Amino acid sequence: MMNNKKVKSQSRNAKTSLALTYLILILLGIVWLIPLVWIVLSAFRCEYQADGTFIGTVTSNYFPKAYGLKNFADLFTARYYGVDNAFPKWMLNTLIIAAVDCVISTFLVLSVAYCISKLRFRMRKPFMNMAMVIGLFPSFMSMIAIYFLLKSIGLTGNPTHPEYSVIGLILAYSAGAGLGFQVAKGFFDVIPNALVESAKLDGCTNFKIFRKIILPLAKPIIIYQALMSFTGPWMDFIFAKVIIGADNAPYWTVSVGLYSLLFGTHPDTNLFTQFAAGCVIVAIPIVTLFMFLQKYYVEGVTAGAVKG
Amino acid sequence: MEATLKKNRIDLMKPFRKYWEKFYKRFADGSLGTKLSYFIFGAGNLYHKQIIKGLLFLVLQIAIILFMVLCPTINSTPYGYKALLNLPMKNVVEGGAFDPLTGEFSHGSNCKLIILFGFVTIAVIAIYFILWDKNIDSSFKADMDLKVGKKPTTFKEDLAELLDSKFHITMLTPTLIACLVFTVLPTVFMIALAFTTYNDPDMNELGTNLFHWNGIQNFISVFTGEGSLGVEIHNRFLPVLGWTFIWAVFATLTCYFGGIVLALLINKKGLKGKKLFRTIFILTIAIPQFISLLAVRNILGEYGPVNALLQNLGWISQPIGFLGLHPNDSESLAKVMVIIINMWVGIPYTMLMTSGILMNIPADLYEAAKVDGASTFKMFTKITLPYVIFITTPYLISSFIGNLNSFNSVFLLTGGGPTYIGYQAGGTDLLVTWLYKLTIDQGSYNTGAVIGIFTFLITATITLVTYRRSKAYNEEDTFQ
Repeated sequence: MMNNKKVKSQSRNAKTSLALTYLILILLGIVWLIPLVWIVLSAFRCEYQADGTFIGTVTSNYFPKAYGLKNFADLFTARYYGVDNAFPKWMLNTLIIAAVDCVISTFLVLSVAYCISKLRFRMRKPFMNMAMVIGLFPSFMSMIAIYFLLKSIGLTGNPTHPEYSVIGLILAYSAGAGLGFQVAKGFFDVIPNALVESAKLDGCTNFKIFRKIILPLAKPIIIYQALMSFTGPWMDFIFAKVIIGADNAPYWTVSVGLYSLLFGTHPDTNLFTQFAAGCVIVAIPIVTLFMFLQKYYVEGVTAGAVKG
Repeated sequence: MEATLKKNRIDLMKPFRKYWEKFYKRFADGSLGTKLSYFIFGAGNLYHKQIIKGLLFLVLQIAIILFMVLCPTINSTPYGYKALLNLPMKNVVEGGAFDPLTGEFSHGSNCKLIILFGFVTIAVIAIYFILWDKNIDSSFKADMDLKVGKKPTTFKEDLAELLDSKFHITMLTPTLIACLVFTVLPTVFMIALAFTTYNDPDMNELGTNLFHWNGIQNFISVFTGEGSLGVEIHNRFLPVLGWTFIWAVFATLTCYFGGIVLALLINKKGLKGKKLFRTIFILTIAIPQFISLLAVRNILGEYGPVNALLQNLGWISQPIGFLGLHPNDSESLAKVMVIIINMWVGIPYTMLMTSGILMNIPADLYEAAKVDGASTFKMFTKITLPYVIFITTPYLISSFIGNLNSFNSVFLLTGGGPTYIGYQAGGTDLLVTWLYKLTIDQGSYNTGAVIGIFTFLITATITLVTYRRSKAYNEEDTFQ
């Protein structure tokens, strides 16, 4: 009898604590979604003043009074910073930069991580130490020096060949990628050495081991690295602006372009809803990628956490 | 005492002595080809009929010597030996650099390029000596092969080796070259700028400015307020440094423990929709921060919905400057807001990381605790927390260092504000956002470099003290 009562009260306790958990999680979920919902609402905001002028900024009514696609239509056809159809051009630039950077960076990271993890050579420890020391300098410190360097070889927004700045930015993004080998190394460390040893006994060269044994096993980490380096250029708005140049608008990436709508040399707060529309368009492919590859992303992040 | 000193000195000299012995031994024991390769690259390889390899060495030697002697010139600034002679920047004048050959000033060059090209030249000289060493090694190895009755390796065999026993050279060379050019060189260049007078806000373009070395004047100036950098930098340095530390501590701890609690909530037994909740939080990682944080800035802005709501409710009459975007806004409120909003950014990461770890905690630990009558809270503080902290210590350290250098939260939310008239760093500026403003907005490259070096010294100290003691670093080899 006593026992039964105790069990009952325990299960009631469990029920209230579960209900409380749901409540907290739902509240937190709402807090976390507010900014995203706000951007989406702003993107579809389609309100006019009494005199017929379009309101492109946030007025104090919380939910838009009217919805429409005008912001998207304007975004794709508008002339920003003296560039016709600027937004589609920025999207295309970013896509090219992200795709090339993705291939180069992933290759560099994998090759370095494999060497450090599975091969033993004299310069191994010095190389790791160098990577660590370099990583401790704030990246914004060397950013301007990279700009000087690229400028001295004509790979920034120079007047005769402004398109070279795209190459410069790809170099700037992918050149240092090899130093970010830690997550991939952690992954390779887990692949048993016995596998490598037995292949060696069978007369495999290190190259063959890498190609036939390591790479097929490395699919999750390849996807993780590719995801990281592909999404990087869509998220960065500082490096791109410095390297490509503030006055080289046709070759900006989409994040630089969108950021410049609000904080550029010609900031215009009345463009906030167009900015929001651009954000929605940028976010859709990235979020889709993340959602599809969520498993690999979590795997990579966790590997990085435990190994440090 | 003297004995230990002596021992230390011998230890210090050991690599040099060893190298000298190797150098001497190879010259004495080597064949004529090896002796020749001390002077002509590839001579030893040619002597051993390794034609292609020998020619490669020879071509590289000639190329480097030509580079050093002919001094290719870009933007009127020379490479080669002239770059080394220019490096002291003693004789530079407006619009040009001293040309030691003609005794005249060449026009259009500038100190920035003189430093850059000087370092490139030094790197080329270093490469020359590495090649020199490799070419003697290669010839000496062929000598040894002959001695034991083997044939010297052919070029084909050398190439095959690059895919096997020397595979690491093939794999690391692209990264090494890319990093030397785009990471190491720029970093060294910026470190050098910290010891110059390059602090001219109006002339940032190539070919227009001159500066000279001024030793550690800039560093002294930061601490005393007198001299090269002026009193403004001195006045703002300690407040910004202090706030950077406060920020890093709070940002790290709030996100860390917030993430653990969130992970516990999501992983609660019997909870449905785990995947949905998790997806909501991952969503915020997937969205670029310049989008989400600018949305928050808009929401909390002067005309944003939060201020509108508070005004409509009649609670306030004037909009609150949550983010210190105006000079008169409260600095402490902006600081608190940045830390709170940063939780929004950081908690999902920790949640993801700790989720996996939480599931790995042995269940019998909890069973045993339950039998002993421990409360849920007690189990959390005595089992869960120690376990998670133990495993994620490296992450905790690296996220602290990451927060010392965190840029987006402050830059996108407050822009460093509230700003003070006459000062370059606002109330919420961190060292790294200040560094950005100094270099990109104001062109005070030497000040920016000094701030960057201080940041490096801080992060390096923390890393040295923590990482090098940790198992993850010292037993990294044996962990596998």
